[in-house]
Amino acid sequence: MSEVKPDTRDSELAPPALAAALAETWRTPVGLWGVLAAVDHKIIARRYIVTAFAFLALGGVLALLMRLQLAQPEARVLSPDRYNQIFTMHGTNMMFLFAVPVMEAMGVYLVPLMVGTRNIAFPRLNAFSYWIFLAGGALLWIAFVLDMAPDVGWFAYVPLSGPQYGAGKRADIWAQMITFTEIAALAVAVEIVVTVLKQRAPGMSLDRIPLFVWSMLVTSFVVIMAMPAIVFASTSLILDRLVGTHFFNPAEGGDVLLWQHLFWFFGHPEVYIIFLPAVGMVSAIIETFARRPVFGYLAMVMALIATSILAFGLWVHHMFVTGLPRLGQSFFTASSMSIAIPAGVQVFCWLATLWDGAPVFRTPLLFVIGFIVTFVIGGLTGVMVASVPFDTQVHDTYFVVAHFHYVLIGGAVFPLLGGIYYWFPKITGRMMSETLGKCSFWLIFVGFNLTFFPMHILGLAGMPRRIYTYQPDMPWYGLNMFVSISSLVLVAGFLVFFIDAIRSTRVGVSAAENPWDAPTLEWATASPPPSYNFAEIPVVNGLSPLWDQPGCLMVASGLRTDRRELIVSTVAAAKPQVREASPRDSIWPFWAAVATTVMLIGSIFTPWAVVWGSVPVAIALIGWFWPKATPEDES
Amino acid sequence: MRTRATRGVLLALLPSSVLAGCTGWQSAFDAQGASAISIKQLMVLMVVICSVVWALVIAVLIRALWRGREQVERSIGPDPVIERRTARVVVAAVTATVIVLAVFTVVSFFTTRALTLAGHDDLTIKVRGQQWWWGLEYLGPTPDERFETANEIHIPVGRNVRLQLEGIDVIHSLWVPGLAGKQDLIPGRRNELTLRAERPGAYRGQCSEFCGLQHAHMALLVIAEQQETFDQWMRSQRERATDPSDAEIAAGQQVFLSRPCAACHAIRGTSATGTNGPDLTHVGGRRYIAAGLLETTRGSLAAWISDPQTLKPGNNMPMVALSADELRSVSAYLASLK
Amino acid sequence: MKTRVVADFSGLPIHGFRSASVTWWGTLAFMLIEATGFALVIAVYLYLMNLAAIWPIDAPKPNLLPGTLVTVILLVSAIPNYLTSRWAEREDFRRIRIGMVLMSVLGTVPLAVRAFEFPALNVNWDSNAYGSVVWALLGLHTAHLITDLVDTLVLAALMFTRKGDNVRRFGDVQDNAMYWNFVVVTWLPIYGCIYWIPRL
Ligand code: HEA
Ligand code: HEA
Ligand code: HEC
Ligand code: CUA
Ligand SMILES: [Cu+2]
Repeated sequence: MSEVKPDTRDSELAPPALAAALAETWRTPVGLWGVLAAVDHKIIARRYIVTAFAFLALGGVLALLMRLQLAQPEARVLSPDRYNQIFTMHGTNMMFLFAVPVMEAMGVYLVPLMVGTRNIAFPRLNAFSYWIFLAGGALLWIAFVLDMAPDVGWFAYVPLSGPQYGAGKRADIWAQMITFTEIAALAVAVEIVVTVLKQRAPGMSLDRIPLFVWSMLVTSFVVIMAMPAIVFASTSLILDRLVGTHFFNPAEGGDVLLWQHLFWFFGHPEVYIIFLPAVGMVSAIIETFARRPVFGYLAMVMALIATSILAFGLWVHHMFVTGLPRLGQSFFTASSMSIAIPAGVQVFCWLATLWDGAPVFRTPLLFVIGFIVTFVIGGLTGVMVASVPFDTQVHDTYFVVAHFHYVLIGGAVFPLLGGIYYWFPKITGRMMSETLGKCSFWLIFVGFNLTFFPMHILGLAGMPRRIYTYQPDMPWYGLNMFVSISSLVLVAGFLVFFIDAIRSTRVGVSAAENPWDAPTLEWATASPPPSYNFAEIPVVNGLSPLWDQPGCLMVASGLRTDRRELIVSTVAAAKPQVREASPRDSIWPFWAAVATTVMLIGSIFTPWAVVWGSVPVAIALIGWFWPKATPEDES
Repeated sequence: MRTRATRGVLLALLPSSVLAGCTGWQSAFDAQGASAISIKQLMVLMVVICSVVWALVIAVLIRALWRGREQVERSIGPDPVIERRTARVVVAAVTATVIVLAVFTVVSFFTTRALTLAGHDDLTIKVRGQQWWWGLEYLGPTPDERFETANEIHIPVGRNVRLQLEGIDVIHSLWVPGLAGKQDLIPGRRNELTLRAERPGAYRGQCSEFCGLQHAHMALLVIAEQQETFDQWMRSQRERATDPSDAEIAAGQQVFLSRPCAACHAIRGTSATGTNGPDLTHVGGRRYIAAGLLETTRGSLAAWISDPQTLKPGNNMPMVALSADELRSVSAYLASLK
Repeated sequence: MKTRVVADFSGLPIHGFRSASVTWWGTLAFMLIEATGFALVIAVYLYLMNLAAIWPIDAPKPNLLPGTLVTVILLVSAIPNYLTSRWAEREDFRRIRIGMVLMSVLGTVPLAVRAFEFPALNVNWDSNAYGSVVWALLGLHTAHLITDLVDTLVLAALMFTRKGDNVRRFGDVQDNAMYWNFVVVTWLPIYGCIYWIPRL
């Protein structure tokens, strides 16, 4: 088998020759083929991020339509049917097509760089994941354009979404879109877990992992444990609708609340799947701009882990008014409140870091400050709704809408935007504008609070959520108008952000390797990083490698340049074990995604699609795994 | 900086502003029912404490950022003495958090218990949530004391009234903020909710679980009145519908009974016994029609009957083509059913 | 950035086994996902059972024979599976080939018996919620049997091509064996659930 190949080692080459050799080995082909066959984690992640932000913009436009309709009582801008589709689309799109994917995507881009490896584990699975995500998003939005969008809310409660009341294919499209995004998310979770556990730079023992990487690792485990619930839930919903099973039909021994249990067993952890990566970004940004390591590293890691474990014990707090036994509910009050402890630990540690640090007020830090101010409000309202009696008054009202926008936007989107400002130079090689950045921050911060704070009051004043209109004799008119107008300020802020981002890719100031003087490994390579990330694999012996040895990176040599090689190391101590190969580009993940898409969409209409559709899927998978005679296959 | 301060003020004002001004007849803070009142106390407590917590966090944040301006150099190896001192402060803050949360949990627990300890009473009302109106059945001690009505619950002041909640089609949720927290009506399950109004009045409520097209227009009214008034109301509700008192009304009754109306609606004392729509025996005496959509007048009845699908798009009452005369007489008839 | 070489990895092997291989960890992660899935469906089974007045709902108990037969075959198959994995570890190419052929057969047989298991449930998926959930359990497990069988067949075919004799393939054989063990082990609680809980 192993024909003798030129076994060139990096140590034999001078830096320019080394770079050229690696570039040749790790190259992504150009042209359409290259686009479809790419497996470079940076290319995939960039696509993922851009697509997710496109969905954010689309979801934001839907939000504006809702605000237009709600600005006045009994407005006739949208019909009730359209409104129901739009709020469902808004929620579904924001959660499944924007928030979760964008966080995963940031992980896909950054984790391999931060742990000092050359590509993510299972790069082809990564490519597949993106195509599946794209197909799921396209399915939803095409359905919307065809007036077939789901209209049952982002948690699609049965029986409304069941065979009897959910007419047409709308609920099926919702359920199948879920399947797409879950497959994509699960794939990324597996890649990240294995990358973090096995591909860390030599010497990066567990206590030297950057906090962002920890947060992605923990998040990935949450994905792995939570997503099967929703996959089963959405599948059984489709089965109920398509082949007449009775999971959710009380007349035949099924149960309506079973759906809610399954959905929220996933749905609650879901919000931490969005939130935990964001706190990882906060830690990364605070560390760099407070000019010192985050206070309480161990406490921070423990808080992440505690949150992820507790996340599975809270789901019933979304069901406080369904009439479950009171005693059980009190247990869920206690568990929901206890999750505020790890949240508090993190907030206090960040405050301590800022307190003892020397903060530099650049845009990323501004977003983080905005995050603390708003997220704490959202967290505190979360604690309020965790109380059963309190929740019976505000559940399914605008108070809850306010709570979750505070935690989603204040708690996750603010850090994300800060993260974009922070990592933009690394990803594109250019800086974003500081002026526009500050401008967008203030517009978003002010606009956000003006938009969402009054919703608390609306909720207490009795305004339920998911109503397409309200009657003129209700006292909600003024505040709703105010909210709608304020949302324009918010949108202006996002617009400035989008403009800045698009503009800066072309005309931004070129960025150096480490423009912020940050401590972690992603800043130890060029901006943007070359296809192989690091010419030589870094060796780590501290938590802040670039601060510990300013200007000089410790590396290892001895890797081959004619083969895509990276280092596999032990789980705990990160001792190098193997010079493992990383797969080359392949068109098969793309075909596998196409085949899966055809199968999944077909199965909305007939169960036979699963039977016949699995054949092309199997063929594509065989093509994917069938060994090719590349140097990577040597052993 | 200014916005932060403004918002601080806003947050501090929240409890008081809600208490004072922005009340309505569907507000959790305009509490007139036993449960709503104890929940309100809990809410005020939690909102106040949380506002203080937030203010403290912000104060520390501002101080930390302000302090930092003096520092210039980055400190890679933070001073262990300072770190230990900081650690003590963090531990203290976490301890305080635990205490606050424990207080919240205990208070919530006792409030919950207070809500469920309410004694029982003989007045039980079966509430059926359906797309998009409320069917009501007052259960008396004997079968002939039962009666049907819709969308308007009358209760006596100062008594516990038990509502048996049933979801007929999809999930709905009964919420009358002025009196009590909400409770879902779930197909295949039976839930209960106890209402007790401390003061007479009309309390508006609204379905608060998304239930399809007209979830927005699924309101109900709870009218709490003194015992005598209530008894009188009960007696009159048990009666069959009043007989037509003039020719136009009699003609309206004929129209009602001969057109599809009777297939869906019941009017006790006539041959109309449909159950797909609200019982109309005393529809003229209710304040609103179509689940809070319109105030009951002859005109609104006519408007509704002539085109229910424009007024409440997607609702389950079809448009029945009637001539102008028929429309006039049938609305006169329904308006006469007090 | 300036770099300083502090280590030389030229002596490291270029392929790892078991916990030194990323595919092994990937397989483990997928097993975790699927185990969670199985656990959930079993939880749903118990949940519905808890709600029902009588269990099974409107159906006789499932017949024991086919399911038990599958259990026995699966348990027996664990032995050659273990051996195949051992041979793969020892890089004994001839035996690996034999093992893979054996496992292909032992993957097909339970599937054939499984075909008789569905009717032996004595209930249809659309009869009631009980029928739905037992079909879901059995269907989910069958899906795993099929995917692992396809996997085994492809690997077996690979073993008879030029590309077969490669330690990487032997690692794949081991991972495949590990996955088969997973399929066997997860069957046991499902078997207990479908066939024995109604008999308790
Ligand atoms: C990023 C997303 C995110 C995050 C982080 C959270 C965080 C929390 N959420 Fe939220 N939540 C959502 C997203 C999120 N939530 C969404 C999307 C919904 C609605 C779904 C829907 O219905 O559509 C929802 C709904 C929701 C409900 C159901 C409400 C209802 O439907 O009636 C509840 C109830 O308990 C709840 C509780 C909490 C709690 C206790 C936290 C805690 O984690 C918060 C902890 C944080 C803090 C408390 C602040 C920091 C701590 C300190 C500064 C220490 C000092 C604090 C004290 C002394 C209290 N959330
Ligand atoms: C991360 C998640 C997320 C985000 C970011 C948002 C953002 C916003 N949401 Fe969202 N919202 C949810 C998650 C989110 N929401 C969820 C889960 C629900 C529940 C759904 C359900 O009940 O099922 C919900 C429900 C919800 C409601 C309640 C609807 C109802 O119950 O009837 C409202 C009402 O005002 C609302 C408003 C807004 C507004 C004004 C924004 C603003 O922040 C939007 C800001 C604007 C933009 C981000 C776009 C800016 C960009 C452009 C304008 C560029 C356009 C350019 C091009 C197209 C090229 N949301
Ligand atoms: C197919 C069934 C159906 C038919 C036929 C029908 N209705 Fe209705 N009706 C309903 C339903 C359902 C409602 C409740 C609508 C809602 O509020 O969502 C309703 C509501 C009403 C109401 C308001 C009742 C209340 O208490 O709010 C009136 C009055 C009424 N119908 C009168 C009529 C008359 C008069 C006719 C004949 C011309 C008629 N209906 C025919 C189903 C029907
Ligand atoms: Cu009924 Cu909403
Ligand atoms: Cu939750």
